[in-house]
Amino acid sequence: MKQILNIGPEETSPRIQNLIDGLYKALPAVESERALLITKSYKETEALPMVLRRAKALEYILENMTLVIRDSELIVGNLTTAPRSTQIFPEFSNKWLLDEFDSLAQRKGDVFTITDEVKNQLKECFTYWNGRTVNELATELMYDDTKTAMNHNVFTVGNYYFNGVGHISVDYERVLKNGFSGIIKDAEHALANLDKGCPDSIEKTHFLNAVIITSKAAIRYSERFAALADKMAAEERDMKRAQELRVIAANCRKVPANPAENFYEALQSFWFVQAIIQIESNGHSISPMRFDQYMYSYYKADIESLNLSKERAQELLDCLWVKFNDVNKVRDTGSTKGFGGYPMFQNLIVGGQDRAGIDATNELSIACLEATQHTKLPQPSISIRVWNGSPHELLIKAAETSRLGLGMPAYYNDEVIIPALVNRGLTLGDARDYGIIGCVEPQVGGKTEGWHDAAFFNLAKVLELVVYNGCLDGVRITPQTGEFTSFTSFGQILEAYQKQMEYCVRFLTNADNSVDMAHGQRAPLPFVSSMVDDCIGKGKSIQCGGAHYNFTGPQGVGVANVGDSLMCIKELVFDKKKYTLAQIKQAMEDNFGGTSIEAVDAEILKEVVRRLTEGGKSLSPDQIARLAELTSQGITAKKASGDYSSMLEDMENVPKFGNDIEEADDLARLSALVYCREVEKYRNVRGGQFQPGLYPVSANVPMGEQTGAMPDGRKAGEPLADGVSPVSGRDTNGPTAAANSVAHLDHMIVSNGTLFNQKFHPSALSGREGLEKLSALVRGFFDQKGMHVQYNVVGRETLVDAQNHPDQYKNLVVRVAGYSAHFIYLDKSLQDDIINRTEQIF
Amino acid sequence: MQGIYEAKGIVSEIQRFSVHDGPGIRTLVFLKGCPLRCKWCCNPENLSREPQYMLIQGKQKLIGKEMTVEEVMREIRKDMIYYYRSHGGLTISGGEVLMQPLFARSLLEACKSEGISTAIETSAFAEYEVIEQLLPWLDVALCDMKHVDEEKHLKFTGLSNRGILENIRKIGLSKTELIVRVPVVPGFNDTEKEIEMISAYAASIQGVKRLHLLPYHRLGEAKYEGLGEDYSLKGMEPMNSEQMEQMLKIARLSGLECQIGG
Repeated sequence: MKQILNIGPEETSPRIQNLIDGLYKALPAVESERALLITKSYKETEALPMVLRRAKALEYILENMTLVIRDSELIVGNLTTAPRSTQIFPEFSNKWLLDEFDSLAQRKGDVFTITDEVKNQLKECFTYWNGRTVNELATELMYDDTKTAMNHNVFTVGNYYFNGVGHISVDYERVLKNGFSGIIKDAEHALANLDKGCPDSIEKTHFLNAVIITSKAAIRYSERFAALADKMAAEERDMKRAQELRVIAANCRKVPANPAENFYEALQSFWFVQAIIQIESNGHSISPMRFDQYMYSYYKADIESLNLSKERAQELLDCLWVKFNDVNKVRDTGSTKGFGGYPMFQNLIVGGQDRAGIDATNELSIACLEATQHTKLPQPSISIRVWNGSPHELLIKAAETSRLGLGMPAYYNDEVIIPALVNRGLTLGDARDYGIIGCVEPQVGGKTEGWHDAAFFNLAKVLELVVYNGCLDGVRITPQTGEFTSFTSFGQILEAYQKQMEYCVRFLTNADNSVDMAHGQRAPLPFVSSMVDDCIGKGKSIQCGGAHYNFTGPQGVGVANVGDSLMCIKELVFDKKKYTLAQIKQAMEDNFGGTSIEAVDAEILKEVVRRLTEGGKSLSPDQIARLAELTSQGITAKKASGDYSSMLEDMENVPKFGNDIEEADDLARLSALVYCREVEKYRNVRGGQFQPGLYPVSANVPMGEQTGAMPDGRKAGEPLADGVSPVSGRDTNGPTAAANSVAHLDHMIVSNGTLFNQKFHPSALSGREGLEKLSALVRGFFDQKGMHVQYNVVGRETLVDAQNHPDQYKNLVVRVAGYSAHFIYLDKSLQDDIINRTEQIF
Repeated sequence: MQGIYEAKGIVSEIQRFSVHDGPGIRTLVFLKGCPLRCKWCCNPENLSREPQYMLIQGKQKLIGKEMTVEEVMREIRKDMIYYYRSHGGLTISGGEVLMQPLFARSLLEACKSEGISTAIETSAFAEYEVIEQLLPWLDVALCDMKHVDEEKHLKFTGLSNRGILENIRKIGLSKTELIVRVPVVPGFNDTEKEIEMISAYAASIQGVKRLHLLPYHRLGEAKYEGLGEDYSLKGMEPMNSEQMEQMLKIARLSGLECQIGG
């Protein structure tokens, strides 16, 4: 393994902290500017083909939006006037926003402020969009039974149903090397060579003209920044800052119109691309991917020629890292449960092989991890690629970053992902050049429209359909597969699961294809398409099949729950014959005694009381009792029936996924495979293939809320398992056992990505040796063909949460010499002691 | 003669992913039975050799199970790949590994013959012949050196340290890597003077290069309750990290490579 020399400086420039402070000065706000501009533009272009309307709209926005150069920043390009705020994209959907205007600032997570003026402006402009949105067209395109399945929460296509698609990595290198002037030339060349006798030349002409318009608009946007920077420099009293502004102006005059010639220009050019893509559409997961590869030549040349010191290069890089956090997006309240914490998923990956299969880790890979350590911000989502030839230093630097408790980097296994992509038809060179989109989705950048976050599909609902013979909440969703209680062998249950999966996945693909088609018709995006192969050659946007590779990737959620449920049925009903299927079904209907629904009652009551007393009012016990009555009337709580404590105990004692026990792991593997094999049978409307993923973002929580009790003892409403991780708290044999179980799944077929989360108390990772051990754990998991892993090193807050919700943290271990203690089993005072010491362990 | 894989021992727990008990990622096998009665012991359920019940979270759980070497190996092998990647392996702990010498030797031999690195955590209290039998299969011995003062040792552990120190000296002459571990316990050996003496003594032993200071902790306290026994150090505060850093400074004066924790 090679050594990477000259690791960068460890100091953070004071400028960076100033920039970070600037980010968090105010709460994120909703801004109306873009919505007003696009509406105005659309009203004036009604006679034009859609792709030209989109181009003209972007041109109009970039020409007229307010430009801001923030205090002391070195890389410029804003999406909103205030940092971390959000523009509105009424062309995708807007009714939900109208409904939620008044709750945006009050909701539990991902709060946005909104002024009355903005509300009124938006209300006014939304009237234009009535009937014109992507969302409304998609709804019209879907079959009715698809909508029924979706309304009963078998799956959700919410992400692209209500928003732009995003989930793309463009060919950044093309802009760095040729500039938008180069792209304009390419488009003009393609136009000149069109065979005008061909009927499809009409559409191609419109698309290529749209590309020329948006490229020129991008150049104009940077020129406006150049003018602004010059103006600010003239007014600036601080000479040093004035000088910085002059350099910014010079950069903006040169890029992204022309090729970048040094690292600073390349960073600025990169950021304009990143920003404008997110002005054109609000699709998230605009992923820079292999930044350490396409930026390296600029970095290296500047360092070697002494044009830049390492410290200065790092400062510029850190500035860009802060800038990634300037971008934000408002989502509906339902979606924030699935995408909690203002995530933008701009995934940037370092390390791994090049197209020829040689390790390509370099100094910039390390500097990128360093930037994450310096800024400690959620964006970019940083990832590393690992294979047998990865340098040890990369793993150690990554482990050091993981240990900071940011949950980053995510680790990806070349040895699994490359063959998985080759299996989907990528060339070996393209597969080796893969990066990650969004959360965990692999693809080759610059030539793929992967539609990676196509849906969340609830595997547990499929099991419910088996138990309730094709009905949910008394409504028929899918055909009958036999009365559950009449099954006489475990094999029959698996057969029914297979059948129900076939029915459900068919609905899923119909929903996805409908939404996909609606985007093609109503929101073709010429700017982003201009940087994706082979849109200019084909004369088509990515939404209409212009990309070289086309996929649709829906995610299965709840693998471990289904696996554990099958294991319980197999062992308790068929092997040990302790219970009948009728008893299991009854227990599910009774929610094992219904305790959790009562608990929900109490929670709601508490919340109501809290809100009422917030204003300083006090409530008498009588009033509280009356409230309790009212609250419970509003909820049809099932009465506790039957005592299920011994059944629950029996279920708890059945071996579970995550403990390195083959039989349990086999059933989890099967639960996932049935889904994956079904998904990969389907084709999408852009001429590509469906491919399965197994990750939830945070949708395992809301999907759990929509799922009834399960045969593994899980009660109604509890969260489903996270990605391919074991059910929270059920992996009690330690991290290596959990990793072995997860590696037992077939990751290679899950080409849209898997997600495995491990939690550690920092006591396991102290000192240099702790880093070595974490890196060995990654390597050992990857040797066994795991695909992805990320580590959450728990801090104070998590431990306090563990005190309050011990069931979720059964696997959390405090490790000291000669002794390991399960945190939740320790005495409260000891727990407190550990919480107080946790932060000083390293 | 009985094959090594059929040898039986009383095992109380097999703990995977142990990271402070020898190099790398290790599987810890706890054996039951210990001749010492250290007041600070955090594994009191391993003192008696016989299986016994302990109350854990309101449920009586039987601690200690007779297992063959093969049964234990099946668990150990599951993390082979991590031992390889981290230079880890098996560590036998306890209780006191030397109380079950035949089983321990067989387990160590089985591991070595399957390419798994081995370590023991021991008080070094036994006839030296017992220890000697293990050494050919043993890569690392983590030996406690609790105190150099015989009287104090007797008072806090129930046994004299004379044989122990002699055994440690002999292990130091073998090919097995010897690491000395000092549990730092308030009121027992937590003065600068004592730590200085202990580490100087350790440094005088041929073959010792490294010393671990293990700060006293109370994590085992609940186990005493679960066994229906009294914990004589109840309420004693562990050392804080500044105090431990000071001890580390003192220990380093011996010239040994020292660290806090395993």
